[in-house]
Amino acid sequence: MIVVVLGIATINFFLLHLAPGDAAQVLAGEAGSATPEYIATLRAQFGLDRPLWSQFLSYLGNVLTFDLGWSFRHGMSVGRLILDRLPATLLLMGASVGFAALAGSALGALAGRRAGSLADTAVSTVALLFYATPTFWVGLVLTVIFSVWLDWLPVGGMTTIGAGFSGAAYALDVAHHLVLPAATLGLFYVAVYARLMRASVIDVQGRDYVRTAVAKGLRSHRILRRHVLRNALLPVVTMLGVQIGSVLGGAVLVETVFSWPGLGRLAFEALFQRDLNLLLGVLLCSSVVVVVVNLVVDLAYAALDPRIEVA
Amino acid sequence: MALLDFGAAVARRRPRAAADGLLVRLLARPSAVVGLALLAIVLVAAAGADRFFPEDPLAMVALPLLPPGEDPAFPLGTDMLGRDIAAGVFHGARVSLLIGVVATLVSLVIGVGIGALAGYYRGALDRALMRVTELFQTIPPFLFALAIVAVLQPSIPTIVGAIGVTSWPSLARLVRAEVLKLRTSEMVEASIALGAGDARIILRHILPNAAGPILVSASILVATAILTESSLAFLGLGDPNVVSWGGMVGAGREVLRTDWYVATLPGVAIVIAVLALNLLGDGLNDALDPRSGRR
Repeated sequence: MIVVVLGIATINFFLLHLAPGDAAQVLAGEAGSATPEYIATLRAQFGLDRPLWSQFLSYLGNVLTFDLGWSFRHGMSVGRLILDRLPATLLLMGASVGFAALAGSALGALAGRRAGSLADTAVSTVALLFYATPTFWVGLVLTVIFSVWLDWLPVGGMTTIGAGFSGAAYALDVAHHLVLPAATLGLFYVAVYARLMRASVIDVQGRDYVRTAVAKGLRSHRILRRHVLRNALLPVVTMLGVQIGSVLGGAVLVETVFSWPGLGRLAFEALFQRDLNLLLGVLLCSSVVVVVVNLVVDLAYAALDPRIEVA
Repeated sequence: MALLDFGAAVARRRPRAAADGLLVRLLARPSAVVGLALLAIVLVAAAGADRFFPEDPLAMVALPLLPPGEDPAFPLGTDMLGRDIAAGVFHGARVSLLIGVVATLVSLVIGVGIGALAGYYRGALDRALMRVTELFQTIPPFLFALAIVAVLQPSIPTIVGAIGVTSWPSLARLVRAEVLKLRTSEMVEASIALGAGDARIILRHILPNAAGPILVSASILVATAILTESSLAFLGLGDPNVVSWGGMVGAGREVLRTDWYVATLPGVAIVIAVLALNLLGDGLNDALDPRSGRR
């Protein structure tokens, strides 16, 4: 894991140095009076005047101690900013992936059990459509329908501003704000999991152990639950781990559409303020989230499938 | 796989017959037919953009915020600056396809190159290359592409490069697996016995036989690239000098509450293009592997 983090940090560092101009120039340019002496002072202050390899080594050292540098825009350390925003993103991702895994597996199982039926055609078609629909567009359409026309759900944000809720009322308020973003981010993955689960159920249904269960005269819902679904779920769990990086990417779009105060929104702000230090810090932390989630998925996999041992 | 080998063998003798066979099998799948038809629409839109809408799609040509269907000259209406949405959708098709295809070519060069080298030479080189692949797979691809475009400034080449550089890992794994399988085949052993060099074996014997799965991946990659490009443009990271579907959706957000069609109509174009390529990929997959189609 340390190797992965160091690798990503290396990519980050060189990406940062591909950028035209450095932080000193950007800041000095904005201050208006950019004398060469002022820029030189800024450079020395930030260590930008040292040779590249020396900057690189100190950057790596900083990353390993979770010191991601300073965001000149926010006047806060990048690590602090990211830690502040991470919970909102994890909540959004958890809700979306949970919704997608439940709805997707249920729909996929329904379709796969009666392959070729009307229900299968309907599920497959809808899944195909959502699979091709850009996340941000789904977000806008849902906003138009549920916030503008029906006025059921808030257009954005995470809490009602100025309401000052606490306790259960606060949780309900956040949940109310969470519905649209989570549904938006989740719908694409509902399609992914429905397609996967359908194929998986069809595959498992043809296996010998299912035929044996049928021959034993087990009731069909028991066969479905104990023999088919349990085995068919394995690829879905694998996919959760594989796709977590793409979920994070989707979160950037969804958080931007719904002004959800998470990592993605932070990345978007950093983008526009040309706060590259912050942007690359978000990239690094997202990668760490991917590594950690994959670790968790491996453990979950071992719990679901006793044939697999955690290496 | 046996069938593919056979197909390639036939192709060498009678190239047209095998290609016809694939096309016939492809046309027997309803999803592939729908995909091809949708793709044809997008291609016609891209090819005919200049003919149907000779004016610059970024030019202001009418009253702003004209609703669709009100003026027959502007069937999809105009946006808040009075730009023709239909013209934008047609010209956007060209940009999306161009970026999607070229980014996929970049991805193919990197992915096939790394996959083939890793699978063919195995050993230390394989381990090193797979390490790099894993690294690229860990970084969330969209965020990575976003960071690259943000750092290098948005333009068509940087967008193409960013999508290409972030989308190859799955392809590299696929190619590596195929090469590992084919490497021990009798066909390759025969070539080695005949004294063929590594480059010749990889390029002439192994890769052509892995063309099927690569082709399927490529069509999905183009679809993903179009989605990524439109997402970048939506966030304001599109090339400012060309019209882009994602950019149109992003700009239309400002008037979403009152004039929803400005943001939503270009999105339909994205759905059609991506759906077409996904359907085509599914169809190709089934046509190349008849076993998967029977269920």
